[in-house]
Amino acid sequence: MRSVVAVLEKQIKDTWKNKTVLIQFLMFPFMTILMNHTVRIETMPKHFFTELFAVMYLGMAPLVSATSILSEEKERGTLRALLMAGVKPGEYLLGVGLYVWTGCMIGSLLMVFFDDYTAKQASLFLLVAALGIPFSLVIGACVGIASRSQMAATSLSVPLMLLTSFLPMLAMFNASVEAVARYTYPQQLKVLLVDAERGMIGAGSCLILLGNGLFLLVLFMILYKKNGLE
Amino acid sequence: MIAVSAEHIEKAFCAHTVLRDVSFSIPQGEIFGLLGPSGSGKTTLIKILTGQLAPTSGSAALFATRSEALTISQRRGVGIMMDEFGVYERLSCFDNLKVFAALHGIDRSAIQKTLEAVGLSDCAKIPAGKLSKGMKSRLRLARAFLTSPQLIFLDEPTSGLDPAAAEEIHAMIAAQKKRGVTVFLTTHDMTEAEKLCDRIALLDEGRILVSGPPAELCRRYNRLRQITLRLSDGTELSFPADPASAPAICALIEQGRMETIHSSEPNLESVFMTLTGNKLNV
Ligand SMILES: Nc1ncnc2c1ncn2[C@@H]1O[C@H](COP(=O)(O)OP(=O)(O)O)[C@@H](O)[C@H]1O
Ligand SMILES: [Mg+2]
Repeated sequence: MRSVVAVLEKQIKDTWKNKTVLIQFLMFPFMTILMNHTVRIETMPKHFFTELFAVMYLGMAPLVSATSILSEEKERGTLRALLMAGVKPGEYLLGVGLYVWTGCMIGSLLMVFFDDYTAKQASLFLLVAALGIPFSLVIGACVGIASRSQMAATSLSVPLMLLTSFLPMLAMFNASVEAVARYTYPQQLKVLLVDAERGMIGAGSCLILLGNGLFLLVLFMILYKKNGLE
Repeated sequence: MIAVSAEHIEKAFCAHTVLRDVSFSIPQGEIFGLLGPSGSGKTTLIKILTGQLAPTSGSAALFATRSEALTISQRRGVGIMMDEFGVYERLSCFDNLKVFAALHGIDRSAIQKTLEAVGLSDCAKIPAGKLSKGMKSRLRLARAFLTSPQLIFLDEPTSGLDPAAAEEIHAMIAAQKKRGVTVFLTTHDMTEAEKLCDRIALLDEGRILVSGPPAELCRRYNRLRQITLRLSDGTELSFPADPASAPAICALIEQGRMETIHSSEPNLESVFMTLTGNKLNV
């Protein structure tokens, strides 16, 4: 427990200096606030920008931050120093995971806070965010674990991040993309977010999310077994 | 009490043998230097001794506990400084140590004290990435000292530093010895080894060639001792340091042709050359 707290503390201290991660945490929340306050189109559905950007945010921010933190610590050898000081790999991952999760929850909070959601809608929105972040987080951890260097990690995380964050938007414009995308977690998060507004969460979405979650966990475990943390 | 012991350690990476039958033991309170050219296996040996790497055969133990089986609290009693252990560049010196202090439940005053011990207390708030190379080495040294360990491993603590910065590190290592700490250090700098270490071992291609106190090794391998005369016309003549050379040297002195005379004592460099035919600092 002490190790998890130490890792978490270190990350919190690093927040304002680590531009990569800070931008990931704040970019979409700020874009959402900006668009909501500057662009007004009568025919546009309510919360259009918030929902669109929230889904992109959930697909991108946890993935990129987790990859960046992990691969940097691997490359710099600070992770090695932590492990030698008795931090268990699971404790380290939990510390970083909690940090990224919290950062993205704060971002999501900003998004709903500055849009006119009712308390019930807002809590459902945050619930979806809380559920959604771990998916991208696990993908980010997979990339961090599998790559040998920061460069390799970036070249892998960028295409993945584009996929997880833009798929729901592409699905809006193309029916055949939608047909495939509906079986992925980003699209289902989008469905849930829209449902959240109506105040209900569908069972089908939950089933697909469960399947996605299991798949990612198994993938993570295989990669971890193969590569370890170092 | 034996602080470090290695018994018949062999290590191979695939078909490439890096360490061959390495055995030694280090009593508590000693500064032990492992001297060898780069690529001779020094870092690999430190990794095996500290349990970061398993040997292919043989065994390593710290304070009579097998290195692989060290508990977390036993590890806390061992400080390690290696190139591969980076620092958090964006965090201040203080915060860098604080991460590890938090892991070990050490309070702030101990961090301050450690920073003082390595002469970094004025830089406590400076991000580690902004430090000079010598200061960064001292920060990494501070991390090894933080838990007040009884045993410290230092992998080339002064490599790449200018003589003044290296000198400061030497003083800090010597100060640890005064506290009764056992120090295992690797280096490819023979003057460093001669100056700091109670005992050294010469490592070449994964094999320990000789070990013992530096002065004794020099005496044992004194084949290279020579007497060099500089003559008034500027030429230099060298004679082996044995009685047979006496008449020739006397003659030169009698003829008044000698300007200076000195004997070149064998140092660790020459011992290494005698044993391997290679230079140490390659
Ligand atoms: N993980 C590894 N895999 C393969 N070869 C290695 C590995 N680590 C070290 N070596 C090899 O072992 C030899 C000794 O390396 P090292 O212990 O780093 O030497 P030194 O620290 O004395 O410079 C080198 O030839 C190096 O290439
Ligand atoms: Mg080395």
